[in-house]
Order: sequence, then structure tokens, then C-alpha cells
Amino acid sequence: METVSFILFSFLGALVMVGSIGTVWSRNPVTSALFLVLNFFALGGIYLLLEAQFIAVVQVIVYAGAIMVLFLFTIMLLNLDDEQALKEKFDLQKGFGILLGGVLLVEVLYILGLKINLPQKSTTLTPVEIGEAKNIGRELITNFLFPFEIVSILLLLAVVGAIVLAKKNFSPNT
Amino acid sequence: MPEIGLNHFLVLSAILFSLGLFGIMTRRNAVVVLMGVELILNAANLNLVAFSKFNGTMSGVMFSMFGIILAAAEAAVALAIVLNIYARFKTVDIGEIDTMRE
Repeated sequence: METVSFILFSFLGALVMVGSIGTVWSRNPVTSALFLVLNFFALGGIYLLLEAQFIAVVQVIVYAGAIMVLFLFTIMLLNLDDEQALKEKFDLQKGFGILLGGVLLVEVLYILGLKINLPQKSTTLTPVEIGEAKNIGRELITNFLFPFEIVSILLLLAVVGAIVLAKKNFSPNT
Repeated sequence: MPEIGLNHFLVLSAILFSLGLFGIMTRRNAVVVLMGVELILNAANLNLVAFSKFNGTMSGVMFSMFGIILAAAEAAVALAIVLNIYARFKTVDIGEIDTMRE
């Protein structure tokens, strides 16, 4: 069982890394978006490995479904294919990007290497029960009722904001 | 075969975060920069879910769900802004859009 989960974790983790490296590295934005889809699907698998079934399903539906359609729609609408001459050259900015990302990665890995023991909280819930949609729903309307309502307002604002931004004409001569 | 512990997931999440940061810092295309933001949000969600499992509480799963909702709202508004930028400047190169700097 442990061997199976280790193999699964290695495989899915490798897929996540390939997906994210492809996203930030490929020159064509459409290729980037497709690598991002691979990344999202592999992360959904990792959530399943963490026994968070509901989050895994939401990840695939919302990220790989809705958000990626938005991204691809925007890329197609902008017709970015003829804009590959976008200057993606190795300059100071790229150097700083590699430096900052690398330094941050080393820092985080060093802190993780210290092996700080996190406090284990004993609860009545088993790991499988944590990820169940039933328990998430119950938690949503009891302990997390206020964040739930705030998030619903946020979604409404996002819809209104996106429509206003898309319809209003910000052209220079108006 | 070693057992999969919390640290494995945290390391994966750290790598994901760093790659997202690298994407935001280096790419010039606004849409790809937004993809970097999505990578960072994903790293945060992975952290939350891993903590939730290894701590035995619901909070991490709940917050990661709110994080996914946040990412959806952010993508919708940000891509609408990118569409407007393209209509205004005829480019999505974030190096060229410097009206506010001048």
C-alpha cells in the first residue's frame, strides 16, 4: 500500500513539475495553457492521494474546466499567435526572476529540512471523512457560514466586474 | 520505499510556488503572468490540503475551497482587464504598457 502511494506520488509529482515548468518555459501561450491543464489534472490526482475527494473534483471542474476555458478563450480572442515575437529575451529581469525563485526555493527547502514537528491534533474525524462532501457541506453552513456568505458576495462582484470591464470601451479617444 | 509524509507535499508545493514566481518575474505576456499567479494559488491550496490531512482538521480543506473560488473570481476579472488592455494598447506585453510610469 505504501509502495503504491509512493509510486503514485512520484508519478503525479513529476507530472505537476513538468506541467508547471512547461507553463513558465514555453514560448507559445497556447502551449503554456495546455501544460497548465496537465498541471491541474496532476494536482487533482495529488488531492485524491491526500484523501480530499471533494477538493479533487472541484479542482478538475473549476480549474481544468472553467478557468482554463477562460484562459484559452482569451488567448484565442487576442490572436496571440502572431505575437510570438514578443521579446522574451534573457535580460536583467530574467536573471532576477531566476535568482528570486531559486533563493526562495532554497529557503523553503532549508526550513523544511529542519524537520520541525507539527502539533498533531486528535479529532474524531478520520482522514477519509475530512474530504467527504457531506462533512464539507456541514462545515460550510455551520463554522464557515460567514466566509461562505462573503465568498458569495465576492463571486457576485467578480461577475459584475467582469461584465463591466468587458462591455465598457476604454479606447483612447473617448 | 519511504512513507509519504507531510514534508513530501510541502516540498512539491514549494517547487510549484517558486516556478510560479519565476513565471511572474520573467514572462512578458500578461496572460502567461496570470498563469503564474494560478500556479502560486495552486501551491497554497496544496499546502492547505496537506496540512488538513496530517493535522486531522477540516479547516485546511475549507480554506483551500475558498482559495479555488478566489482563483476563479480573479481569473475572470483579470482576463477582462487583459482584454481591455489589448483593446487600448494593441499589445499584452507588460513591458510596453507603461503609461502610468511616464
